[in-house]
Amino acid sequence: MLILKILFKNAFRNKLRTILTLLGITIAILAFGLLRTVIAAWYAGVEASSATRLVTRNSISIIFPLPLFYRDRIRQTSGVKMVSYGTWFGGVYIDEKNFFPNFAVDPQSFLDLYPEFLISPSDKDAFLKDRKGFVAGRKLIERFGWKIGDIVTLKGTIFLGEWDFVLRGIYRGRDKGTDETQFFFHWDYLNEGLKKRMTFHPWVDQVGYYMIGVTRPEVGASVAASIDDASKNSLAETLTETEKAFQQGFVAMTGAIITAIKVVSFVVIVIILAVVANTMAMTTRERIGEYAVLKTLGFGRGHIAGLIFGESFVITMMGCGLGIAATFPAAQLFGHTLGAYFPIFHVEPKTLYFDLLAAVAVAGCAGIIPTMRAIQIRIADGLRRIG
Amino acid sequence: MAIPISYNIRNLWTRRLTTVLTLSGMALVVFVFAAILMLANGLQKTLIETGSYDNVVILRKGASTEVVSGVGRDQASVVETQPEIAIGSEGRALLSKELVVLVNLTKKGSGSPTNVTIRGIDAQSLSLRPQVKLAEGRLPRWGSSEVMVGSSLVRRFSGVTLNETFRYGTRDWKIVGIFDAGNTGFSSEMWGDADQLMQAFRRSGYSSLIFRLRDSSEFEKVKSRIESDPRLTLEAKRETRYYAEQSEMMAKFLRILGISLTIIFSLGAIIGAMVTMYSAVANRTAEIGTLRALGFRRRSILVAFLIESLFLGLLGGIVGLFFASFMQWITISTVNFQTFAELAFSFSLSYDIVYKGLAFALIMGFVGGVLPAFKAARMKIVDALRAS
Amino acid sequence: MTLQEKNPIVEIKDVSKSYRRGSYTVPVLEGISFDIAEGEFLALMGPSGSGKTTLLNLIAGIDRVDNGSIRVGGVEITTLSEMELAQWRATHIGFIFQFYNLIPVLTAFENVELPLHLTTLSKKDRREHALMALRLVNLDHRIGHYPGQLSGGEQQRVAIARAIITDPTLLVADEPTGDLDRVSAEEVLDLVGRLNSDLGKTIIMVTHDPRAAARARQLKHLEKGLLNDAHS
Repeated sequence: MLILKILFKNAFRNKLRTILTLLGITIAILAFGLLRTVIAAWYAGVEASSATRLVTRNSISIIFPLPLFYRDRIRQTSGVKMVSYGTWFGGVYIDEKNFFPNFAVDPQSFLDLYPEFLISPSDKDAFLKDRKGFVAGRKLIERFGWKIGDIVTLKGTIFLGEWDFVLRGIYRGRDKGTDETQFFFHWDYLNEGLKKRMTFHPWVDQVGYYMIGVTRPEVGASVAASIDDASKNSLAETLTETEKAFQQGFVAMTGAIITAIKVVSFVVIVIILAVVANTMAMTTRERIGEYAVLKTLGFGRGHIAGLIFGESFVITMMGCGLGIAATFPAAQLFGHTLGAYFPIFHVEPKTLYFDLLAAVAVAGCAGIIPTMRAIQIRIADGLRRIG
Repeated sequence: MAIPISYNIRNLWTRRLTTVLTLSGMALVVFVFAAILMLANGLQKTLIETGSYDNVVILRKGASTEVVSGVGRDQASVVETQPEIAIGSEGRALLSKELVVLVNLTKKGSGSPTNVTIRGIDAQSLSLRPQVKLAEGRLPRWGSSEVMVGSSLVRRFSGVTLNETFRYGTRDWKIVGIFDAGNTGFSSEMWGDADQLMQAFRRSGYSSLIFRLRDSSEFEKVKSRIESDPRLTLEAKRETRYYAEQSEMMAKFLRILGISLTIIFSLGAIIGAMVTMYSAVANRTAEIGTLRALGFRRRSILVAFLIESLFLGLLGGIVGLFFASFMQWITISTVNFQTFAELAFSFSLSYDIVYKGLAFALIMGFVGGVLPAFKAARMKIVDALRAS
Repeated sequence: MTLQEKNPIVEIKDVSKSYRRGSYTVPVLEGISFDIAEGEFLALMGPSGSGKTTLLNLIAGIDRVDNGSIRVGGVEITTLSEMELAQWRATHIGFIFQFYNLIPVLTAFENVELPLHLTTLSKKDRREHALMALRLVNLDHRIGHYPGQLSGGEQQRVAIARAIITDPTLLVADEPTGDLDRVSAEEVLDLVGRLNSDLGKTIIMVTHDPRAAARARQLKHLEKGLLNDAHS
């Protein structure tokens, strides 16, 4: 298109300035995209939640256990299809820096309840058969180079001592948002171990939480209420919520930081706006004479405005495109470095839409004042500025 | 021989819009830079001030925080006999046995539940924590289900005002007092009788022991004795170090995120400065030629333009720091990654941050201006004059 | 003593200069040789592209010859280094440009004072000199004004004050009346004439304007890089 060609050529008349502006926009879009991705990563657990799963924990707080014998009662509650249970183990592998989530679970029911953890039948079998066995996600295996049959020792921080496990299976995530850095083993192994190590350990025959699969999402609320009612006034009152609400609870705990990051991401947009506006203002000032000449030739305000906004858009969109392209490798790098904090670090389509929206907004705003100035200039004044 | 500074300052003033835009970009970057450092600093300050250098914290070996730590009664008795423990005013060892658990409280505003620390204390606890002072109401009675609440909790959570009651572990707990612990982590805690809490939460052992050293230099001695005792599975830390460690993970996270963001932002601001300075050079080509013709050396031209962009940076830095300093009014309330419990802390400005902020601003000004300044200095006189 | 017998202040021998335009070279000056006596008022005239401004630039030390030698006040300027040339210009040359080339952000006073920053004079001395120069050009009542607030003629007079403030060996003027109306042009030419007749300043002026040329005492024509003599 001729128009596009003109705008393009105009934009690159001052190559250095345009390249610098492009660079500025690229960097800002990159930063914005990364920040949005960090926020999305924070919510990864929430996004991966299933509508047909509930989580039951001690109502005082998550650090208090629930008795194992609640299991049968919960399973018999109407609307409940499946019950599993687990305990956060919090073991350390060699160094605290190597953090990954590790849990004791009831193996069969856990794998049934979490179909998004894909595991080969032979691995599953081997795991179920070996009480000392553990299953780990693909990303975790790659990180530490473990192989089936390897013995891995975790140092307990909550449950004192050194605990040995044997790698029996590797799982892949079915969905893009499935965490592949988890490590889970037999709850029985933990329980027996506790009985052996201490004469009376408070967590013997106790679980950290129950995971419940309901028949339909709609019955979730009533099932939760039934379970909690049944435990009222007992020594271990429960709080049951949807998996999503449970995950959201964690996110909300650091809500202040997320808000701060959101605020900062908008600050970035303001910075690019300043850079692009600066460029457009300078460019227009230099070309005032030309616009006057165009007016003498019969071009109207609309055309002039079109030229200025058009150039603003061409530059901004090019920068946006480059920024988006750069976001993917940068996110990879970021994800690697902060891998311990963010197991899932993907650039979402939503982020890209935000990028485009921001770029369009900036292009528009940056063009307003220069366009107003250019439109208002009287032809005679403008022509004088040339010579 | 230098070109007078007034030349530079007035040039910045003449193209005000551009100067303001460029300056704002830099100010924004310095603001974010300073704010993040202030946040990490505030976090660490709060936690470090929470501890006293002469206090020792005894935890179970390998436990990173009191919440996951367990110290049995018999182990506590052994520790109590250590001679290095200071003697309190009543002639008793200045040692307290404490229980720390997390409970859910609902945050005001968001309405979402957050983990809050409840600390079971005994008679010595207050003497060991001189930072904690009763602000309203009274201290909880020993043997009762009464608690007192830190001032920060009262501000941020619902259901914890004076005389309110809440229910945990089949018991009702009444809030009889509010205490103020200044800017320390204790302000985000609830305190009650350790024995009562242990009964209610069915704990057989304590979480931690805190004692005051009679002589601060004896720390290593008592530490090695406790840690090598085969009857005990405990470790000892100075209270200041214990709390400092609690801030490490989060402070590190904030710093990494903050610094990487700031670097990216600063690139944007530097580019803004470059565009501005290149444009300034282009507009003043005739001037540059004139100055050179009059006898000013290339170096003077270089320095003049550098000074302009450095000045832009400096102004941007000052403005950014100025606004950042207002952040000190804001308190962040969040869960500490390491302890998993609520902690309130604010942004804290230090001289170090001011220097870093200004240095950063000057670096941005320099990097943004150096290439255009070289371009100005390298111009041939006749070319520059022809441009007029 | 006639002008011819006075010492030559400028000695130009066999000077050539060409410019490169893309891939081919355009010769501008070819083997120019002549002398300028002290106290001379020389007008250089010629059509566009004849090289007169180029010649002026070479004499003033703001451009380099390709071949030949130029001695000003006994100093061979073609062999001076960049730094030495700058220093030399500061004390030996005064410039008057067609478009005044005043620094827009400095006042008239500060513009005139500017060259003195290259000397070791104290602030007080600088001030005295600048005021004196401005008085000379009759602008001591406008010293606080910025160039944007002065008329073309006033700006040129400030430029002249700036040009003479270091008491230079040579004054070079490139189309000094090119951008002025008739009245201002006359004022400026009067001033320039007085600088020569009353203060004995050596002046080389490039001009198109026959009225300006008429004020000079010697005329040289440049055509296609070669010199022609003509007496006024």
